Amino acid sequence: MNIKGTSWKFNADINTDLIIPGRYLNTIDPNELAKHCMEDIDPDFPSKVKTGDIIVADKNFGCGSSREHAPIAIKAAGVSCVIAKSFARIFYRNAFNIGLPVVISKEAVDGIDESDEVEVDTHKGRITNITKNKTYQAEPIPAFIETIIASGGLMPYVIKKRGLNKT
Amino acid sequence: MGMTITEKILAFHSGLKKVKAGQLIEAKVDIVLANDITAPIAIDQFRASGTKNVFNNNKVVLVADHFAPNKDILSAEQCRLLREFAKEQQITHFYEGGEMGIEHALLPEKGIVKPGDVVIGADSHTCTYGALGAFATGVGSTDVAAAMITGETWFRTPESIRFILNGRLNPWVSGKDLILYTIGDIGVDGALYKAMEFTGEAIKNLSMSDRFTMANMAIEAGAKSGIMAVDTITEAYIKDRINNDNQMTLFTSDMDAEYCDMKEYDLSQIEPQVAFPHSPENARGISEVGDVPIDQVVIGSCTNGRLEDLQVAAKVLKGNRVAPYVRLIIIPATPHIYQEAMNQGLFEIFMDSHAVISPPTCGPCLGGHMGILAKGERAIATTNRNFVGRMGHQESEVYLSNPAIAAASAVKGSICSPEAIGVKP
Repeated sequence: MNIKGTSWKFNADINTDLIIPGRYLNTIDPNELAKHCMEDIDPDFPSKVKTGDIIVADKNFGCGSSREHAPIAIKAAGVSCVIAKSFARIFYRNAFNIGLPVVISKEAVDGIDESDEVEVDTHKGRITNITKNKTYQAEPIPAFIETIIASGGLMPYVIKKRGLNKT
Repeated sequence: MGMTITEKILAFHSGLKKVKAGQLIEAKVDIVLANDITAPIAIDQFRASGTKNVFNNNKVVLVADHFAPNKDILSAEQCRLLREFAKEQQITHFYEGGEMGIEHALLPEKGIVKPGDVVIGADSHTCTYGALGAFATGVGSTDVAAAMITGETWFRTPESIRFILNGRLNPWVSGKDLILYTIGDIGVDGALYKAMEFTGEAIKNLSMSDRFTMANMAIEAGAKSGIMAVDTITEAYIKDRINNDNQMTLFTSDMDAEYCDMKEYDLSQIEPQVAFPHSPENARGISEVGDVPIDQVVIGSCTNGRLEDLQVAAKVLKGNRVAPYVRLIIIPATPHIYQEAMNQGLFEIFMDSHAVISPPTCGPCLGGHMGILAKGERAIATTNRNFVGRMGHQESEVYLSNPAIAAASAVKGSICSPEAIGVKP
């Protein structure tokens, strides 16, 4: 998949309470959740983020709660991809499960500044900083997650596998 | 090369003789858990898949504990969705109302999790059950939906970090202090994707309550799980809770098991810890806290809402009053703990001290309800996270501690040890 967008930079250890505060978890409506995405770090984020924008964050992005509402809120806000130096494991799993592309690359995070134009080839793991005319390499996606992506997500994978088990 | 306890449990559940760290496996799960916040997404996904029945109605556990008793209409709708699904699927372990307790205190208490189990839960503190010698980890709602259908899930077998605890505990030091100290030492991503295995002579002196607290906060170091092998204390705990006819396999790490790292702590060097805002890794010894006035104190949560926690709080609060303009909220984690605390006379001590006694709920811990902070307010809490806005307004602050420090701070009106208000261990 090829993704192109403008970067929003965030610090290390962005937790899922910052991504979507607990007080809004009385709904699972993606559009409602998107209205409050990142609001405790940057109250303007939900209104200013544009479809296709890319979040670029330091280490341990998505730490804390297991709430799947976090990647759902990011995706529904229009964000097309998250690049980070590392991800908290539950967030990483959840992102693939709900179809939010996430890539790990230390050099990309160090090289990209706020508002840079960035292009990501998730298949090749190639990240291009169009503004600075530089390219960076992402870490490969774990093999099993590749299988899930190829099936179109975890639920399609499971449904397909369950069908196979029946025969 | 031998295997760690974590590798052995995962191998057993994947039908393999041996697994090693890094290996991708598909494992059978013994318990699949979700709550009123995470289950609604899982139930939607389950229904969309066209599946009629959950893989086993005794192994799916639903607990309406986060925004219950229902805090508003939307929360009531989410709880109703759980209830309807539980009815439709004939879920044995569905808990709400007067049967509801905070999930990670409730499941061990009811004997739902046993040593050697693999447990996944759409709640990050699912790692609590590692204290029972189970492999337990938090996942998202979609992973829960998939496991409700298949009874399986995939894992990357984690590397293990071995923590060796030696030495005697200082007065007022509990499992909470040990885990805050550990997170302070290794950082909030110090165990990212890894299993934290707690070993050493000192474990023998830790109650199950302390052990649950430690395993509970493994996630705050980024860990996939926390785990401790079964010993006589675990056996005594599960004796009357788990039926004898339940088959149970006990696992221990081999002498030559491989660890990616090892940390050795001398507990006699650790004093009660306080984690400053806005990260659990900002842990400091109580002697280094300084003058920190507070507006609210919360004693409860899946981390520290067990009977032993309330007993310690009562010991500190007995004959004392909460400081003027400070609110103390005490939340027994389960109905059983609530009743025991009442029968043991703890409620009288709490009420005489002017504390509020809440029904079991996750409530304020995640900024849900039952004790939300206003702008600029500061709380000390026995909960597990002190992130920005965690207990309310984004400009409020949460300090984390054990129940003794929290109770003493309520009396003084600023963060302090029990000694500072004249209470001896």
